[in-house]
Amino acid sequence: MDDLVLARSLFGTTMGFHIIFATLGVGLPLMILCAELLFQKTKDQDYAVMAKRWTKGQAVLLGVAIPTGTIAGVQLALLWPGFMEVIGRVMSLPFQIEIYAFFIEALFMSIYVYAADRISPKMRIFSVTLVLIGASASAVLITNVHAFEGTPAGFQIENGEIVDVDPWAAFFNPSFFISAAHVAVSAYMTGAFMISTIAAFKMLKNKRNERVYLFHRKALMLSLIVGGIFSLLTALNGHESAQMLHEYQPEKLAAAEGLFETQDYAPLAIGGFTDRETQEIKFAIEIPWALSFLAGNSFETVVIGLNDFPEEYWPPLFVHTLFNGMVLIGSFLIFLSIAGFIWHKFLKKQHFPKLFMYAFVIAGPLSLLSIEFGWIFACTGRQPWVIYRILATEDVVTGSTQIGILFLLFSLIYVILAIAVLAVLKYYFKRHPVEHELDGGSLQQNHVSIT
Amino acid sequence: MTADSLLAITVLWGFVFIYAVMATMDFGAGFWSMIYFNKDKTNATNIANRYLSPTWEVTNVFIVAIVIALVSFFPGATFILGTVLLIPGSFILILLALRSGFLVFSHVAKDYEKGLTYVSGISGFIIPALLMLVLPITHGGYIEQINEVHQLNFAALFTSPNIYAFMGFAISSTLFLSSLLLADYSNVADELEAYRVYRRDALILGPISLLMAFLIMITLRIEANWLYTNMLDYLPFLIGSVLLFILAGAALFIPSGRHKGRIGRPRLAVIAVTIQYLLASYAYGRAHLPYMIYPDVTIESGFTHPNTFRALFVTYIVGFLILFPGFVYFWKLFMKDKRYLKQNES
Ligand code: HDD
Ligand code: HEM
Ligand code: HEM
Repeated sequence: MDDLVLARSLFGTTMGFHIIFATLGVGLPLMILCAELLFQKTKDQDYAVMAKRWTKGQAVLLGVAIPTGTIAGVQLALLWPGFMEVIGRVMSLPFQIEIYAFFIEALFMSIYVYAADRISPKMRIFSVTLVLIGASASAVLITNVHAFEGTPAGFQIENGEIVDVDPWAAFFNPSFFISAAHVAVSAYMTGAFMISTIAAFKMLKNKRNERVYLFHRKALMLSLIVGGIFSLLTALNGHESAQMLHEYQPEKLAAAEGLFETQDYAPLAIGGFTDRETQEIKFAIEIPWALSFLAGNSFETVVIGLNDFPEEYWPPLFVHTLFNGMVLIGSFLIFLSIAGFIWHKFLKKQHFPKLFMYAFVIAGPLSLLSIEFGWIFACTGRQPWVIYRILATEDVVTGSTQIGILFLLFSLIYVILAIAVLAVLKYYFKRHPVEHELDGGSLQQNHVSIT
Repeated sequence: MTADSLLAITVLWGFVFIYAVMATMDFGAGFWSMIYFNKDKTNATNIANRYLSPTWEVTNVFIVAIVIALVSFFPGATFILGTVLLIPGSFILILLALRSGFLVFSHVAKDYEKGLTYVSGISGFIIPALLMLVLPITHGGYIEQINEVHQLNFAALFTSPNIYAFMGFAISSTLFLSSLLLADYSNVADELEAYRVYRRDALILGPISLLMAFLIMITLRIEANWLYTNMLDYLPFLIGSVLLFILAGAALFIPSGRHKGRIGRPRLAVIAVTIQYLLASYAYGRAHLPYMIYPDVTIESGFTHPNTFRALFVTYIVGFLILFPGFVYFWKLFMKDKRYLKQNES
């Protein structure tokens, strides 16, 4: 393999691993905040227990989120020095502001975790809120760099020199708001569905223990409400993201939809695999006219097909599958949370059928899968460009040649961290089952003391 | 050197200094919590952990801040540095990931605490040595160009006494500074046994670090003479630094003012040593200018676009104003609150 492919694989692996923990680091604080607020409002101890246990889990996850994020940040400069050189001159604002967001999150996370027993409830809620703001801001800001790669703005290149730099124009590049919002709401939804997964799993295991069952059902309902709201927002905003691609990166949308011929009344292909030779999508379901409508809110919208672009500019065609996967999962989860909510609140059923429960159990992993699909689609779909139509990926890669061995080493580290984090979570929650904390248990003394 | 680029390099240098101090404390605390793990009586491990638990995350942000400041202020240095540091940088990242991960895990999984503490303790003192490598690499002697690509000459690197002097200095300073700080921390917490242990460690390690600093100067003279001669221009700073070191040593022998029978004023020693390092690193940093990477990149040639610099600088000021109260609150909760310092079980 050549060094470019290896560098891409290494960076993609790093990001694919970081994003799991990063997303939960954005999504879980929202759930913790909801639980804290519900506790203050209802004085129902169960919510305090939830906040405490989720915080514990979050603190463990941070042990991976932070080092892998540090790796991501440094690797960006180590593997793509040419890219970071341009970013440094034009687009360093988001990175810089992100540092402040990290500080806010790190300071108040430590305060929330290590000083919880010494600060007032108000201060606790204030601290979680700042953790949430800090985490969301870092996600939004880093996504801004990604948005800039797709819709660069705020500079010109003349004779190889970067001129006319306007850092704030670069910051507010055309896709910033849409991309950032998509990442934020999809992270909230993922955090919520991860809680559904755990709660449903525990409900299946504790059918006889009414008290524990009830506790987890409260958590499940909370997560379905939050998850439902944010999956709806994700889909609405995803629709705007697609329209944004239609306007600014048409070949990416064409690849996502497997559209080869430019046309109005373009059909939407769902599922299937794009075939480069025959220029069609095999095994897909086609909905006539739908793509045109999606892209421009009118059936007459002309959608540009891949054949209008030179083939060396085509993104890899498998992104069609990734895009479909993301949309399918998103739609399914909206449906699932609405159905679950109606079943419990309107039909007043106390127990969910097995099939329902299994669906809740896989909701979290599916949501994470969607995040992975979305990112790989967004980054790989930008190829061959690292900055769209300005800088090619092959021109920015490091000149060093020992990347293969590093790829192996980093992968090994990710495997070790993954195993360790799962083992530690399992160990801790086995040792501290929720039974011990319910109904007064040992709440006071161990209110989130972590050491 | 324009005023802007000088301002930028000063901010960067400030970050490096703050990180150096915080990280040595942090890594050192991990090391000591490993060393004294089995000595239940002294509480020395608990003290180290109590310091370490809330701070490592904040410390880690500084290393990210340095990389970001470097890239955004001096993108022109990014290409060479990124290429040359790929291997050592990756090793640092891997160790850092192991250490941070297992540090957090060791607090949660009590049964495995011992093994996990070893992972974080050992990687904790190797990391400073590797981080320190970046400085001599910027002195230029170990970079060569092959097919127009800058590469690190590992053979030259690993046969250079200067490199080993720097690494030795990194390790001994880490342990010295952290034992001194922990001595102060346990003194405030009235943990006398732990105080005795850390004071002793500081007294042993202080002279070793000073010796390493001299070794650096001696080897620098041969391997990066331009820097050595430049540094001699700042001789008063170097002498002042040695004087403060002596003052710090003396402070550990003066009887305590507040408590009868206790020997040493560790707070004074910590302050003196911090200023000592400040003076020495100022002399080093000034002498290094205008070069970022000798002789290829100067702070002028590597500097970012002026518009970007101005925008960045505004965010620095706004960011500082917003964050400052947060830092003060944090400091109060963890460094001053007796309830936290004195809790029996950590
Ligand atoms: C839980 C996760 C999740 C779910 C359910 C969805 N998305 Fe998404 N999507 C992401 C998570 C995500 C993401 C991981 O956050 C991405 C990657 C890059 C980005 O900006 O967001 C993304 C990117 C992304 C892009 C590409 C943006 C770009 O290339 O810059 C489009 C067009 C959509 N999404 C559209 C949708 C639509 C129409 C959905 C319908 C339900 C949808 N997404 C659901
Ligand atoms: C966190 C979720 C992310 C994932 C899973 C992800 C995934 C990937 C993958 C798979 C590649 C390799 C592309 C290929 O060669 O086919 C890649 C490349 C890249 N990504 Fe992302 N990415 C993520 C976020 C980001 C963000 C937020 C940025 C912006 C800072 C970014 C910037 C880049 C760059 C600069 C490259 C290398 C150059 C290139 O291949 O275009 N990525 N990413
Ligand atoms: C869109 C995808 C991403 C999201 C949602 C995300 C989010 C997060 C979150 C929530 C954290 C935990 C922060 C903390 O607790 O301090 C984190 C850590 C970090 N992330 Fe990411 N991140 C993403 C992609 C990236 C990329 C592409 C980079 C590198 C350029 C990066 C660099 C970092 C760094 C350096 C840290 C560690 C910060 C620290 O030391 O506290 N992230 N990220």
